[in-house]
Amino acid sequence: MQVCFEVNGRDVEVVVEPRLTLADCLRHHLRLTGTHVGCEHGVCGACTVLFDGNAVRSCLILAVQAEGSKIVTVEGLSKDDGLTPLQASFRRHHALQCGSCTPGMITTAHALLSAEPDCDADRVREVLSGNLCRCTGYVSIVEAVLDARAAYKSGAS
Amino acid sequence: MKMPPFDYACPATLPEALALLSAHDGDAKVLAGGQSLVPILAFRLAAPKLLIDLRKLGDLRSIKITRDGISLGAMVRWCDIESDIRLRTAHPLLVAAVAHVAHYQIRNRGTVGGSIAHADPAAEMPGIAVTCEAEIIAVSKAGTRIIRAADFFQGALTTALSSDEIIVEIRLPAWPAGRRWGFQEFARRRGDFALAAAALFYDGDASSKAANAHVGVIGVADRPLRLPSVEAVLNGATIDAAVIAKAEAATAAAINPDSDIHASGAYRKALAATMVERALKMASG
Repeated sequence: MQVCFEVNGRDVEVVVEPRLTLADCLRHHLRLTGTHVGCEHGVCGACTVLFDGNAVRSCLILAVQAEGSKIVTVEGLSKDDGLTPLQASFRRHHALQCGSCTPGMITTAHALLSAEPDCDADRVREVLSGNLCRCTGYVSIVEAVLDARAAYKSGAS
Repeated sequence: MKMPPFDYACPATLPEALALLSAHDGDAKVLAGGQSLVPILAFRLAAPKLLIDLRKLGDLRSIKITRDGISLGAMVRWCDIESDIRLRTAHPLLVAAVAHVAHYQIRNRGTVGGSIAHADPAAEMPGIAVTCEAEIIAVSKAGTRIIRAADFFQGALTTALSSDEIIVEIRLPAWPAGRRWGFQEFARRRGDFALAAAALFYDGDASSKAANAHVGVIGVADRPLRLPSVEAVLNGATIDAAVIAKAEAATAAAINPDSDIHASGAYRKALAATMVERALKMASG
């Protein structure tokens, strides 16, 4: 089936089987390999992307369901080649080790801070509970997200 | 884990969706938010020939609150319930239960109708439907059926829905101001399915005795349960520590959960009783 949608501000058109997930479509058809695939059944959160502004698991959405939608992946968060304040905060706080979960953490945290720049640590932990890190990084991840709130409040995100 | 092949249709109207479903005679599945169906396909526990996506049926996304009760369109998402300020007074028990549904990303996609149709015995929405005596509105080419929640859930992942029917709406009876309620759930990790949870409410009569008690539990049987023997303990009683202890014991006596990989039956029985105890403390506090 032919599907047209927008990815990171660019219109794309792909021909896919209906059973193809949006995650696999992004990675294999559009070569946007920043979106990671972990469990492929909606548990780990690594494949989180923004779908019309909402954080969603791209392994639980069919590519054909994206018709007409606006998708933002981790590659689309930065307007230039530099890191966003959230990404810089992850680096500063050592909020990643192997990096496998990081794209999902960043996209989820970006959605949260865009909607709720005043959120507290409990809210950050609740929202990130759907993203698994197996390196042991949660404390520094939560600190990185909390530290990035200032940029979202000031609109520098 | 890749899904088996299927065809995909995205009808613009409900009659079109019903015609497609009926024409495929049991070989088609309805796709709402996909947060339960897609994992089932990924595990290849189902292999439908056709998926019928309801995303263009905007009429199924409305939340209506009237004097008669609350109508949730089948495509209402968990995040829609969380962000609807009216529901915090119109049905606080529903809002409290939905806060326990899965994770942030899943709450942005998962739907009320999808959860009801999926009928996981540990899921919150079927539990609320049974506890609150909801009606499930199902349509097919033949017409509309109104199914009581008590009759709808028939076993794990098994419902009264026919293969040619689509759930369009869930109706919850009106929630009077001043009603006492409690919801308590225990899961090992936040967002996991409940090992056990309790949803309950009661109204107070003039002498502050409980009346119209409704007590439901999830995660302890092959479907959500209402517990009439616990309700009988509460009705006509002042909800104090002694009555709560009696209700806790009555809960344990009323259920007989199986053991599984997540917990032993004895543990779930004790846990469900504790959830009822805590929910009653919450309601009466």
